[in-house]
Amino acid sequence: MSESAAGTPLAVPPRESVHSASPALHHQFEDIEQQRDAGNFGMWVFLATEMLFFGGVFTGYIIYRSLYYSGFAAGSRGLEIDLGAAMMFVLLASSFTMAMAVHAAREGKHQPLIGFLTATIILGVAFLGMKFTEYFHKWQEHMVPGLNFHPALESLRGAPERTVEMFMCFYFFMTGLHALHMIIGIGLLTIMAILARRGKISRENYNRVEVSGLYWHFVDIIWIYLFPLLYLIGGRYK
Amino acid sequence: MSTAVAEVPVQSRIHYLNANYGIKSWLFTTDHKRIALLYLGSITLMFFIGGAMAVLMRLHLIEPAGALVQPETYNKLFTMHGVIMLFFFLVPSIPATLGNFLVPMMIGARDLAFPRLNLLSWYVYITGATFTLYALISGGVDTGWTFYTPLSSHYLTTHVIAAAMGIFINGFSSILTGLNFIVTIHKMRAPGMTWKRMPLFLWSMYATSIIFVLATPVIAIALFLVMLERVFHVGIFDPAIGGDPVLFQHLFWFYSHPAVYIMILPGMGVVSELVTCFSRKKPFGYIFIAYSSLAIAMISFFVWGHHMFVSGQSLYAGFIFSALSFAVAIPSAIKVFNWTATLYKGSISYQAPMLYALGFIGLFTMGGLTGLFLASLATDVHLHDTYFVIAHFHYIMVGGAVMAYLGGIHFWWPKITGRLYHDGWARFAALVIFVGFNLTFFPQYMLGYLGMPRRYAVYPAEFQVLNVMSSAGASILGVGYLIPFVYLLWSIRYGPVAGANPWGAKGLEWETPSPPPTDNFEEPPIVPEEPYGYAEPEHAHV
Amino acid sequence: MNEENPSVGTYILVFMTLLVLAALTTGIAYVDLGPFNTVIALAIAVVKMFLVGLFFMHLWYSPGLSRIVVLAGFFWLALMVSFTLADVFTRSWINPPGP
Repeated sequence: MSESAAGTPLAVPPRESVHSASPALHHQFEDIEQQRDAGNFGMWVFLATEMLFFGGVFTGYIIYRSLYYSGFAAGSRGLEIDLGAAMMFVLLASSFTMAMAVHAAREGKHQPLIGFLTATIILGVAFLGMKFTEYFHKWQEHMVPGLNFHPALESLRGAPERTVEMFMCFYFFMTGLHALHMIIGIGLLTIMAILARRGKISRENYNRVEVSGLYWHFVDIIWIYLFPLLYLIGGRYK
Repeated sequence: MSTAVAEVPVQSRIHYLNANYGIKSWLFTTDHKRIALLYLGSITLMFFIGGAMAVLMRLHLIEPAGALVQPETYNKLFTMHGVIMLFFFLVPSIPATLGNFLVPMMIGARDLAFPRLNLLSWYVYITGATFTLYALISGGVDTGWTFYTPLSSHYLTTHVIAAAMGIFINGFSSILTGLNFIVTIHKMRAPGMTWKRMPLFLWSMYATSIIFVLATPVIAIALFLVMLERVFHVGIFDPAIGGDPVLFQHLFWFYSHPAVYIMILPGMGVVSELVTCFSRKKPFGYIFIAYSSLAIAMISFFVWGHHMFVSGQSLYAGFIFSALSFAVAIPSAIKVFNWTATLYKGSISYQAPMLYALGFIGLFTMGGLTGLFLASLATDVHLHDTYFVIAHFHYIMVGGAVMAYLGGIHFWWPKITGRLYHDGWARFAALVIFVGFNLTFFPQYMLGYLGMPRRYAVYPAEFQVLNVMSSAGASILGVGYLIPFVYLLWSIRYGPVAGANPWGAKGLEWETPSPPPTDNFEEPPIVPEEPYGYAEPEHAHV
Repeated sequence: MNEENPSVGTYILVFMTLLVLAALTTGIAYVDLGPFNTVIALAIAVVKMFLVGLFFMHLWYSPGLSRIVVLAGFFWLALMVSFTLADVFTRSWINPPGP
């Protein structure tokens, strides 16, 4: 049936019995290597979608920053740079602990894995704590669009009020979207930590930690851009 | 040598349909074939709901002053018709049913790369559909399926958030399906299955998946921003704070233009399979057809501004988008030429799937050519937002995509169910659909050219004759769609048992019994050196 | 499939570099460099992204296909941004024909 007139068919080597393979191997894959490869590739494809997802707001940001620079600079200078920088350091540290967690998982080192995962989670929660503190401060300063945007005159620094409000919209949308992704990431890592505690992560299926790591680092990279784009417009030298 | 399958009655062999019984075995399945059937049921339901909206609209438009509903209700009808048909029927139609079923089989795999993610995709689809149906039932939305701001973000009091939420959630279903296909096609091809040995259907599914993955997130963020703006009464599209409503249109159409290629590319893939099988010839210019799918996926992202020529968009941007829109027609034309060349001197038989494929080639060409009128800036100013646009996209989406979908369903039905349907009824239904379709939509080209605007509940009396013709056609079309529903369901129980390969087609999916076993292949499939190894034209026997 | 992955030493080195760069970004904001404030801040961000991407995310050690996916993401993002900007910033270029 499958012989073509053009040539002989290609014989396929018989597949290994799936039952003799590792219990960590899912039935649709031929071997653990293919499974890991597919898992990583799948997460990269997902991260590409996230680039486009955040990209929509970044597009808007680029346009409005060009159009309303003074408003954006004014709004930016009203943000707490110390908190912003602290959040940057915390996230970078969490990326380090995440990379170490993946390393530990790959080496099959149980305790370090749990330790580094826990450290990452704690740093992530610390980040969120600082973020919500910032939001609270903004609320107190009457700088939340849609809820209580009545900025004090000195907060405007000479820019038209509506352009400062536009900046604050971007501030809340972008950091809010980022925070949402952080929360999802923390949830994901918590699940990983629980699985690790139960001994369910081995050298063979450590890929799930690796894939969670990719997501976590991506969210870190988003903040790497958000920090200069939101907190450092126009500098702080004035 | 063949994977000789004794023609045992379906009942005594274990396959994916009877491997487990019970509702839980379906709702918690990870078998791509069962998930495909879950989708088939859901999208068919959505098709008939969206179709009901259309029926009401066409009945209403029999009279110039409107025969059936209030204008506000009419607005809700065309909105829900668009939303349901596009997002909940056309976008998932071929990929989630035929794609899910066939992609692993065509590459010789046991399942997709991520079967549980596949099931999640379906549940996400159902959740999105629930939100949208909730919006429908609780009074509807009247923004148009395009959700333009500031109407959607500020002024309307209808259930915009529920509808937008439904579409937003559904977007993730698309993204996950596309992701699954991309990883599967890259990483799980059987040994010997190089890219150039893949069936053309797989090339088109791959190209479609690229669009799924890169375009869908953008409409997700666009709708998300609209929802935020509705909730907080301020947002980045709001002119009160210096926002630009046209920015929404950029984000919206960045997805929605490639989305129409999501809807047509799988259909083109199906047509490639049908045309080759029913002319018993290998495709003319295989590599051109394959690469043209990728070209369409790529270029489709460069042209979205052609929906915005009269929105206030810059004239210079308009020039660029217009020129690129002409370019995107080229790979589509390549396919049409190659299909035609495949038919030439082929041994053609006219079973129902072939009728649908031939219908596709003709109607898609007409729809595609009329797209050029719209791509051209000067004529678009006259034709934008008229019935000409409606006729154009229905020719492509209904005359093209839906026909290809039906053709594919008929072609692979024996593989999916293990039964043959009654071909006489099938051909009759195909003809009814073809006649009904043209009678519905050809008058709309004329209406648009004469100036009748779209989305209007009333119209000047001079357009009545054409409108009545269109409505008459719609009723025929509606009947035409019901007929397959009947005989296909009937065939599941009473149709003759199909063998592994009733059409004598080439492809790995035909090398396994019908219906296939849960792991798709009883013996490892043998990948032929060349796809479409049809012998020189001879009489086909089915 | 490349089995190599970074060593712990590499991770620590990358982390230290990232911290330095973050401090640098913050510090430079207090110095008046005119338009270069933005340029430098973004340049540093790009470098940090490369460090995280190549070493923490193992892109340096990954199959080329993953890198192509990342490039594709950037390319499509650039497409969306550039064409949208092309509209917004050329709207004023032509006056509509007047009476």
